[in-house]
Order: sequence, then C-alpha cells, then structure tokens
Amino acid sequence: MSETLEEKKGFKIETPALRAYTMLGALVLIWIFFHWQTGNNFVTPENLSNLMTQTSVTGIIAIGMLMVIVAGQIDLSVGSLLGLAGAVSAIFLTDLGYGTVAAILAAIVVGIVVGLLQGFLVAYFSIPAFIVTLGGLLAWRGVVKGITNSSTVPVSDLAFIDIGQSYLHPTVGWILALLGVAFVFFMAFRRAKSQKEYGLGEGNIGAALIKAILPAAAIVLFIYVMNSYAGIPNPVLIFLIVALVGFFITNNTTFGRYLYAIGGNSEAARLSGINNRMIILKVFALLGAFVGLAAVVNTARLGSATVDAGALKELDAIAACVIGGTSLMGGQGTVFGACLGALIMASLDNGMSSINLESYLQDIIKGVILVSAVGLDMIGKRPT
Amino acid sequence: MPLLEMREIKKEFPGVKALDGVTFDLHEGEFHALVGENGAGKSTLMKVLSGVYPFGTYGGDILIDGEVKHFHNIRQAEDAGIAIIFQELSLVKELTVAENIFLGQEPSRFGVINWSEVYSRSAKLLKELNLPLNPRIQVGRLGIGQQQLVEIAKALSHKAKILVLDEPTAALTESEVETLFAILRDLKSRGVGMIYISHKLDEVFAMSDRITVLRDGRSVGTESTLALDKDKVISLMVGREVGDIFPKTTHDLGDIALEVRNLTAFDPDVPGKKLVDDVSFSVRKGEVLGIGGLMGAGRSESLMSIFGAWRGQHSGELYVDGKKVDVASPADAIEHGIGFVTEDRKRFGLILGQTILDNSTLAGLRRISGAFLTHRSRETVATQRVMRSLRVKAGSPLTITGTLSGGNQQKVVLGKWLLTEPKVLFLDEPTRGIDVGAKQEIYAEINKLAASGVAIVMVSSELPEVLGLADRILVLHEGKLTGEFMKTEATPEKVMVAATGESKVMV
Repeated sequence: MSETLEEKKGFKIETPALRAYTMLGALVLIWIFFHWQTGNNFVTPENLSNLMTQTSVTGIIAIGMLMVIVAGQIDLSVGSLLGLAGAVSAIFLTDLGYGTVAAILAAIVVGIVVGLLQGFLVAYFSIPAFIVTLGGLLAWRGVVKGITNSSTVPVSDLAFIDIGQSYLHPTVGWILALLGVAFVFFMAFRRAKSQKEYGLGEGNIGAALIKAILPAAAIVLFIYVMNSYAGIPNPVLIFLIVALVGFFITNNTTFGRYLYAIGGNSEAARLSGINNRMIILKVFALLGAFVGLAAVVNTARLGSATVDAGALKELDAIAACVIGGTSLMGGQGTVFGACLGALIMASLDNGMSSINLESYLQDIIKGVILVSAVGLDMIGKRPT
Repeated sequence: MPLLEMREIKKEFPGVKALDGVTFDLHEGEFHALVGENGAGKSTLMKVLSGVYPFGTYGGDILIDGEVKHFHNIRQAEDAGIAIIFQELSLVKELTVAENIFLGQEPSRFGVINWSEVYSRSAKLLKELNLPLNPRIQVGRLGIGQQQLVEIAKALSHKAKILVLDEPTAALTESEVETLFAILRDLKSRGVGMIYISHKLDEVFAMSDRITVLRDGRSVGTESTLALDKDKVISLMVGREVGDIFPKTTHDLGDIALEVRNLTAFDPDVPGKKLVDDVSFSVRKGEVLGIGGLMGAGRSESLMSIFGAWRGQHSGELYVDGKKVDVASPADAIEHGIGFVTEDRKRFGLILGQTILDNSTLAGLRRISGAFLTHRSRETVATQRVMRSLRVKAGSPLTITGTLSGGNQQKVVLGKWLLTEPKVLFLDEPTRGIDVGAKQEIYAEINKLAASGVAIVMVSSELPEVLGLADRILVLHEGKLTGEFMKTEATPEKVMVAATGESKVMV
C-alpha cells in the first residue's frame, strides 16, 4: 500500500479545548490586572454580580449570533431589533395596558417575525445577509422612532422590572446549584453508559464521574459567589438558560450540526441533502427570538425603552463571538466561546470604568484587543 | 534549432507519477497538437512549462531557443515568451477589454496609468490580430468565444512566441471556432509556435503539423499529422492493457432499479444551451453502469439533474423500482434511496475543516441519529464501521478530514453515502487523483455493493476503469447518448470513437 502518508505535515489542527483554556487564561489575567489596579476591588461578589449582569444582554444576543455566524451568515440588525422589541414591550405595558407575560411575548414575537423576514430575504432571495441586515439596522431603528415618537417609554410594571433588576432568593440559588450538579453528573453518567453500551472507548463510568467534578465545583462556586452578594441576578439566570439551550442546539441537534455543515461547505451540505435555505431561515428566526428575550431583559434593567436602546449591540455581539474563536467564514465556533467572549468584553468595560479610564481610551483599547485577539489566532493557525 | 524543447520532464504528486519523463519539442510557426485521455498528463506538462509548477518541483530541462530556462513563477515564463490560455478563462469580467489586455503591465508613470496609451495600444493590437473587438467594452458583456480572443490578445501583448491553448474550443460555437482558427493560422504565419490541447480530433487533424500523444504521464509517440489517422491516434491514446487491478466479477442483475426518460438539462449561465440532450437509460439492481465520455459531455450534469441538485433548468422523468417519482432536491433523492458520491471531493464532497465523523454522518444523519437530536455514540459506531470496511487510514473518527490523503478523503465521501444505505449509488469520478492502492480498494467496494444488489452508475474519464468495472457502458458526447456497449463488446477504441463523436452508434 503506497498510502502511508496519513497526516500531512504543516497542517495545524485547531483543538477547541486548547483555545478554551487560552481564553479562560486571558480572562483570569484581565481580572487579576483590574483587581490589582482597583485596589482589590474587582473580584468581589458585588462586582462579579454586576459584571455578570452586564454580560447578560450581550451574551444572550451573542449566542444567537454565534449560530448565525457558524452558518456563514451575519446579522447587523440585532442592535436596532433590540431597541424595537424593547419599545414594543414597553408600549404594550405602558400605553396599551397589557400584562407582563403579554409584553414579554410581544418582544419575542417581534424578534421572530423580523428574523423570519430577514432570513427569508437572505435564504430565498439570495440577498447577502450583510446587506439585508444593514438595511434592517437602519429601518428597525426608524420604526422605533416612529412608534415612540422619538421619546422614551417608561415602564412601571413591577413584575416586568423585576426581570431586569431583581435577584433570585439565595435558597432558590442553592436549589438550582443542587439541580445543576445533579444534572452534570447525570449527563456524565449517561454519556459513559451510552459509550459502554455501544462498545466505545473505555466506558469507565467512575472516571467519567470524576471528570464531572470540575464543572460541578464551578457551579457551586458560582452560586456561592452570587449568593454572597444578593443571589443570582435574574438577567444572569436568563443568560445561563439561553446558554444551555444554545449549547444543546449546537451540540445535540441535527439542526445544529447542519449549521456547521452549511458554514463549512454549503455546496457539500446541499449535496448531502440538507435544505440550506430552510436552515438559514430558521437560524435567523432563532436569533430574532433571542434578541427579543434580550430586549425584555434590557428594558427591564433600564426601567424604560429608549430610542437608542441597543445601539452598537450588534458589534458587541459579533466581537464576543470573534474573541470567542468564531470564524466569520462560518463553520467554526462554540457557544461556550461566545459566552466567554461576551464576559471578556464586559470585564474590560467594567474594569476600565472602575479605574476611571477615559472613555476615548476605553474605545481604543477595546478596538485594539479585538483585532489582536483575531490576529494572534490567525498567527496560530498559519501553516508552518 | 527548435523554439522549445522539454527534456525528460518528470513530475510527481503524493502517490501519483503525473509525468514520467516526457520529451516534447516545438518549432517556430508550428502547430503541435497534444492529445491524450483525461489524466494523461497534458495539463500538468503545460503547467510545468508555464511556471505554475516552479523550477525545482519537477525533473528535467526546459530549453527555449536552445537555452536552459528556470521558471520560478508564471511571470518569468511570460517574460520568456510563453503564454498559456487555460480552459477556465482568467479574465476580469468587470474590466474592459483593454484593461484586461494590459492587466499587470499597464503603461504608467509613478503609478498613474496612461489610459490613452492603454486604449491606443489595445486598439492597435486588436487590429493587428484582425480581432473585431471594441477595446472599451466590458469583457463580461462579450460571448465566451470573444472572451477567448481577448485572452489571446492578452497573451500576444506579452510578445508571446509560444502559445499554449488548452481546449480552446470547448465552449465555442462553430462560427466562433472558425474565427479562432483563422486567427491561429495568421499567428502561425508570423512564426508563433502553438501547442494545442484538444479532445476534438477533427480540429487536431485540420490544424496541426505534428501530434504528440501522452498516456499515463508518458509520451507514446510524436508523428507528423500527415503520417497519422484518427484510428491510429485513438489506439495510441488508449493502447494500454486493462490491468488486473480490476477484480473479475460478474454481477447478478435484478430488476430495474432506476429508469431515466428524456432527461434534458440546460446551462444555468447560457440560456437555451443544452448540456444534456434527451438522454434515457436505466440501471438494474446489482448492475454497474459506466458512463464514459470526455469532459464537458454532460455526464456530471446528468447525474446532478437526476439527483435534484442541478441549478439550471432541467426536465425528464424518473422511475425508482418502476414507480414514477419526483425528485426536486437532494433530500428527495436520498429519500428515494439514491446516493451520490460527487466529483471534486474538496469542493462538493467534504467539509475539510471538520472531522471524519461529522462528514461521514452528514447525509445519513437522520437515519443514524433521529430527526431532531444527534446521537453521538451511534454516530461514532457508524463512522467506525465505514472506516473499518473502507479501510480509512486515520487516527480516529475525530481526525479532521483536511489532514487526510486524497484516497482517504475519497473513502470518507464514499462512506458518507454508504451510511444512507442507498439502493442506487451514483459515483462521479470516484478515483480522481488518488493512488493505485486506494483505487483498488474503492473498486472492490463498488463490486461488493453491486453484489449486495445496489445499482451503480459510475461516471469516469478513466477508460480502463469504466471498461474494467462496468457491466454496460453508455457514452455521451455533447449531451447526447452516442453509444451503448455491453462489457463483452466494449473496447477502448469503440468507446473513444463514440466519445469523440466520430460516428453515431444507434442505441
């Protein structure tokens, strides 16, 4: 057999695990730096609680954005859509007198409808997503101005405001921690059992459970830190739920797999029987739904819907994905990375503000970090 | 002294000897045709000549006017007077004729282009060549034939002494071909040496002074055109024994698995141009049906249309197991038990950045996992099963496919379709660019599939492959069915005659 050349040399394999550790390392360094600069005032329960809350809105959008980017698309309209869905929910509450649930549903429905419309234009009319959503960026902001007469819509519904400003009771937090830990161990057990059943790997259930200790410990630590301040902030809870959903979709569903396939090689995906257009339509709708949810959180946090709510959020979300290792060419990226990217961005914002760095410098530094993160990544990928 | 001499040119790709000591020469004002089957090494030889493969990556010498030349890039070859016109045109469609002609060599001062000179020199050049073209028109608005002429003008603006034409007439209409030939004759009279690669023997005999036949990376003869005839050339082209790499198997044929009636497919870019013209055929369970023909004969287009993946307009009727079915998308085709190992695995077959597991389970994902949720363990087991049965050499199912050799990549594509458990399997150039060992393994798998009752339709440009494997061979030429042969009656000559459209064998 002449075919002994198994793996060509000079082709560097991206290991997602290594990349995740690098990002975690970067996050830790950023935290240590600000902790030192703020006189030990950064890594405190109160600040971490704020930091997580600040991450939530961008994080929720970034998870949807990640899926869109993985499929080889982009959505520039999410900032304006956030403003629109927020305005609709505020109008439902304040002007139309609907209840909390209706307002939440309204925001999500607005997100889905806009997502479907834009996705339809991209998938079935082959208009580039960049153009469709750039148009959306302009148009939806215009709609916001139109329906609010360019004025802020206040929200007084207390239940609604609680979504953004309240905390989960510490006891509930601990119950969630318990459930979370049980879930982690259950999944590890199930996976090991399935592997054993199918005769794969060592199928060592004991070893699998030991490996689950680390994530379980992380859950406990997280809840402990949040409870040391006031409990899990509601926005953070929603963010974590969305992250779980996103993780599940990308890892455990055929839909998720097809996203990666379409982004990796759309022609190969099409010839493998995938309905590329339908998948792209769905992923835009899914992002729309997430943006609607993020709009609820955002509006509730601020206690009102402003005309410029969500401005530039699209760039934050894209930056979070990219810092988290998502390829804008499609086919590559993880929900975990996008969340971590969002957390890194929020940490920079939070830290730079708390050391009173001037606003212009903050912008410059964030820009430089975004480009450097991707630059380092490209150097790492370059074949030697 | 010849204008060009290529001595003992050798070129190897991993696992494949593409050129094995080819010697070739060209005189001033000579029209030298280079013919051979697909994969014989014609294009590789021309890429060596034009610096696409730089000096040092091949063996042997290139001499121009008796002087040894080392081309490290295309530019150096151009400067030495070599111009090559590839099958795919390398023009920028958005630019004008003149801009294209001078692309990369614009007359300029301090980076500022002298447009009057660009247009006046272009006009002069076009006039010299008797090309009836407006230098200010956008290339994209010209027909393919005229674009070809722009290519030639561009080549000659470099003061080319040697002009290489790779299948220049493939996309041209008859009158465009006439125009082209008139211009080539004119160039010949001015002393330009021309190397002409073509499958169309009529053209070769009408135009050439000498003919060189390549086969399996070797030159099997250079003769004056007057001393040759078509039969002689065809026998030189195919004159190799069908080796024993094809296991001698006879297949038991069952009922008709797939029947295609009146299939017609149009070019999506050129309205009204038929790429497949009223083709009907059927294939039985357990049968290997080979489809021969030359590149551009409409073979891949036929399969794509049947599979519901052709982007252009197409029509025809499809019967699976005797029942009429509608296939509007690849998903429909898969639903009806049709699988399609597409050509060009890097473009159409694989997601190179993803793992063997991700790739091999893609087409059959719903069958393996379920409609909504993926099932990691079942996918891993399925992947391991095909990796074992096809002998994919890789570390694990999680190896990235981009790191695999061509043969292993091809096996992953095949494995992907085996996991859809097809009743009818299309294979388009299933062994292109892979080494003999992997080829043999794929042949063995094809026979195994046929033995298990799968109907196989295999398109291949490698004649020995078609003759060695197929129970029955169909031949297409310019979209039409021009021959049908049973295994026992098929000979390389007969197939080649039908493939070059030399005579019509009624079916």
